[in-house]
Amino acid sequence: MEEKESEWLKKKPWFWSLAFASVIFRLILILFPNNLNLASRPEVSTPLTSLRRLAEGYWLKQASMSPYAGSMFHGSPLLLSILGPLTVKRFEGQPSHILCSLVSVIADFVTAMFIRSTGLNLQKAYNQSLKSLGLFRLLENSEIVSSGDIAALVYLWNPFTIISCVGLSTSPIENLVVMLCLYGACTQQVPLAAFGWVIATHLSLYPAILIVPVILLLGYGPDTPPRKLLLQRNSCKFGDAQSSDSSFQDKELTNQPVQPIFFSWKPVVYFFLWALMWALYVLVLCGISVKDYGGLREMFNRTYGFILTVEDLSPNIGVLWYFFAEVFDFFRNFFLIVFHLNILFMILPLAIRLKHRPCFLAFVYVAISSMLKSYPSVGDSALCMGLLGLFINELADIKFSFFLFCGYVGVSLLSPVMHNLWIWRGTGNANFYFATGMAFACLQIVLVVESVGAMLNHDRKMRRLSTTNS
Amino acid sequence: MALPRWTIFLLLFLLCFVSKSVEEREEHEEQEEFSEELLLRPLPDRKVLAHFHFQSRVPPTETYGRHHHLFPKAIYQLVHKFRIREMELSFTQGRWSYERWGGYDPISSNNAKPPGVELWAAFDVPEHQVDASWKNLSHALSGLFCSSINFLESSTAYSAPDGGFRSSTGNMRYGTLPREAVCTENLTPWLKLLPCRDKAGLSALMDRPSIYRGYYHSQRLHLTSTEFDSTGLKTGIVLEQTLTVVLKPNAPGNNMGYSSGSILQPSWSLSSLFGKKVGGKCLLANSSSVYLQLEGALFSELNNIQKENERYNNDDLALKGSWSSPGFELSVSPDRMIKELNSLHEDGPSVLYEFLMENYSDSKLFELGFTWKFPVVWSCPRAPLHSSRFLMGSGNERGAIALSLISTKQSEAFQIADINGERCSLQVDVFQVVPWYVKVYYHTLQVFVDEQPQSVPDVIKKMHVSPSEDKVSPGVMEVVLNLPCGVKSAALTIEFDKGFLHIDEYPPDANQGFDIPSAVVSFPEFQASLNFLEDASSNRSPLLSKLKERSPVLSYTEILLVPLTTPDFSMPYNVITITCTVFALYFGSLLNVLRRRVGEEERLSKIKAAKKNGRLPLLLSKLSAKLRGRPWEPPQSSSSSSSSSSSSLISYKLLIKIVLVAGVAAGWQYYFG
Repeated sequence: MEEKESEWLKKKPWFWSLAFASVIFRLILILFPNNLNLASRPEVSTPLTSLRRLAEGYWLKQASMSPYAGSMFHGSPLLLSILGPLTVKRFEGQPSHILCSLVSVIADFVTAMFIRSTGLNLQKAYNQSLKSLGLFRLLENSEIVSSGDIAALVYLWNPFTIISCVGLSTSPIENLVVMLCLYGACTQQVPLAAFGWVIATHLSLYPAILIVPVILLLGYGPDTPPRKLLLQRNSCKFGDAQSSDSSFQDKELTNQPVQPIFFSWKPVVYFFLWALMWALYVLVLCGISVKDYGGLREMFNRTYGFILTVEDLSPNIGVLWYFFAEVFDFFRNFFLIVFHLNILFMILPLAIRLKHRPCFLAFVYVAISSMLKSYPSVGDSALCMGLLGLFINELADIKFSFFLFCGYVGVSLLSPVMHNLWIWRGTGNANFYFATGMAFACLQIVLVVESVGAMLNHDRKMRRLSTTNS
Repeated sequence: MALPRWTIFLLLFLLCFVSKSVEEREEHEEQEEFSEELLLRPLPDRKVLAHFHFQSRVPPTETYGRHHHLFPKAIYQLVHKFRIREMELSFTQGRWSYERWGGYDPISSNNAKPPGVELWAAFDVPEHQVDASWKNLSHALSGLFCSSINFLESSTAYSAPDGGFRSSTGNMRYGTLPREAVCTENLTPWLKLLPCRDKAGLSALMDRPSIYRGYYHSQRLHLTSTEFDSTGLKTGIVLEQTLTVVLKPNAPGNNMGYSSGSILQPSWSLSSLFGKKVGGKCLLANSSSVYLQLEGALFSELNNIQKENERYNNDDLALKGSWSSPGFELSVSPDRMIKELNSLHEDGPSVLYEFLMENYSDSKLFELGFTWKFPVVWSCPRAPLHSSRFLMGSGNERGAIALSLISTKQSEAFQIADINGERCSLQVDVFQVVPWYVKVYYHTLQVFVDEQPQSVPDVIKKMHVSPSEDKVSPGVMEVVLNLPCGVKSAALTIEFDKGFLHIDEYPPDANQGFDIPSAVVSFPEFQASLNFLEDASSNRSPLLSKLKERSPVLSYTEILLVPLTTPDFSMPYNVITITCTVFALYFGSLLNVLRRRVGEEERLSKIKAAKKNGRLPLLLSKLSAKLRGRPWEPPQSSSSSSSSSSSSLISYKLLIKIVLVAGVAAGWQYYFG
């Protein structure tokens, strides 16, 4: 393994130099944070991820009060006990919260590494399936760029990631656990996947929907072209009479290096057992830490309750804050249900259509939740863009890519300007800022829709190619 | 006829006897008491302070019963209904100037109030009933005083202080309405509580235009009851009503320039201040007197002037029929002069001139005129630290509240006197209530002493915080600061984020901003009391005993106006529709992408091209064929029979649909109607 790594190092010096350059760039930004003032940007720190609120929660806890008193802190008590002590440590001549920033930098780097190895894993599986399909022509094309490296670099050098890392928010850590879950599922390490999923759900609730892709990953293995295609292909190879006989098919396939086509229940059951264990463990730990402050019920009210009943109406890059600031109280509950169901409604159709590509499904879920969550921040979009990099080969012919790129650049430049006009200068009003949030949401919708479309088209192309080949 | 006369005599005799016996009983039992007093004090900045003090007292119900002839029934019922132990309600307009009008005397500590309405009450009920009692009390007072005190009912408007405010006990609630406008409709119900209203006695001076023309006026109602104390001295219910006004004499002082370059203070009289004169006392009052107070600094200044004058001219400046003193002249000679005993101030003792109202009547009106003879410059005693509060930062996103305490010159003397042991310190209590939409980060509290940042535990001896809860409760911060004695200035800063409210939560004038109520800064080591020489008669004056009461020096800071960001109030429909459109766009387009199958579409389009008929007629004809039990035959192009059959079928389907809908509606009506 190490030899392989060194081989990689020799082979791809540019990757490592760029990765370390990004870390150094972050460190430089951390040492000069005062001019940037990123920590107070609404795009970076939401009520859920703001480190300043975490410090307030820690202060309240030190003053033997509930950390949730005062509607300031809405995060996990575990994160509070890990990051809390770091918020009060000060060093002479160093900016405050330097330890927390270092933690975010490390978290970012580790996340990038997880993305990279997930990408390598995906690529291996992809090459294998292409080989088994006999599409060597496609394989040669894809050998040029390693999608894992690209994705890791996209994640590391994405301005969104950098500002959410430097801007003192907890989203790098949330991204890390989400990525941990996907990596564990991709490499069939069930305990790791279960741990990542439980912690990610505990931290920000929305990754709970990732259970669908994780189960598919564990059951079917990493992304492949549609199974029907493989079945066709195999039946073409091994004769036609027994194509419907699945037992024979199975026997034949066990000799093949191809991933198991049929759903294997064993890792999934293991996953559930592990998840149950981790969840109990986390709950017990949380229960101990909030024992004197109203217990778990209070914790769920203040974290999940706060997420679900969009209580804080301070502006962010999403659209829900303004919606709920303006909507009539009578309809509030109705719209809360509608918006949250909007996320849930799409789970099943996507899972049915993309069940052969669980990693891509996970990307789509992450993108959807980063768009529709109650308090979105750029850190969430950063993860979804990093994951997008994993499918660079498949999504090569995505539509509107230039438009999307320009849109993202434009929105991320306009959003601070509009915020400044509204909040600081008072020359603009809330609609200005809301418009950029709207544009951002539209861009993300277009990105999700187009990437799903491109992926489906890619599968169609493969089917066409394989049928013409055979 | 003889019989009735006889009976009348008997009745009269009985009546006399009864009344006599009642009087006798009241002789040795307690009685209801009412007293009225007025304190006048010239202020250094050419203004006059007038402080009306009315006190009614009723003995405890146990010994006295429930019937009163002086004490207001409304207040008695209030006390009994809500089991109030102590309550204070004040309506204030204008801001007390602690630098110019004094900050170290009982009147400024007890009667200088924050603008608007301030209400605090301590109840004698179990802990869980306190909030309910408070809510009911606020509604009752709101009705009683014609003001919007009922806004204090909402849990976001009041707080439960924990020792930081008037060394409060557990069952206390405190609330303020900084923006409440105070005017004559609040004064009239307040006057109604007095036995003579404003028809007779000192309250007759309360001419509305002249009172509300003043620079500051604060009407206050303070209630203490021992009705529910099981032990201790029972004094019954004491209702103290005060009205404090700062007026500018409108009589122009002769602007004669004196050698010192200063201008003579304007002379004034009761009629020039209030536009009215007093015609004797309120007959129901036990005591009724007017006091003229000269502060220690003024009195010693006048004495100095007198000495100088004696050196130069020994002319008797006194006019006939008036009473003259070294620096000023009174149109009425005072009945008594009371000097302060062992004054705490280095300025020397202050002096009271007492005028008894018993000596005046409607035929002999009391008209006090005060004429200055020399220009005098003096200053009022001030609190050890002058406190002021301000906002820092710009923009509508975040900011910081700063409370600055600046040493006054006078305080140094106290501090030197106060040295006890090695480490001399000055204790300052700060009590601050912050509404929930100002989200304070308590961990950002910083303390600066003499402009040097200090570590918080060094300076803050005790800190009690109850953080605000969104839309539920305000944040309360009670801090006990221990400053070094020689402190020149101290400052507390604390950062906050401005909240964003729902469109309905903004008041009608949203862009004016929101008020943060005054903070209360008190100095528990410094007691404001004026200890006047006691004799038999002064014991009976509630005002003097009130002045003698030791109470910590207390001052209120400014009200802060925080502008909050507003959403666009005209936009709700647009926002709802646009957001829903975007969500629909997401849902529709994603579902469309998932549903689309390119290959099948191509095949379908081929079929369509082959057969010009649409898909629906094709299906319909298939269905109709099935229904009729005939084998389906592909329809001929534009055949009349098929079209007619399809149309008839459509009507058939339509009929089924209508029947279905009607059935559902009927069922709905039947079950839920």
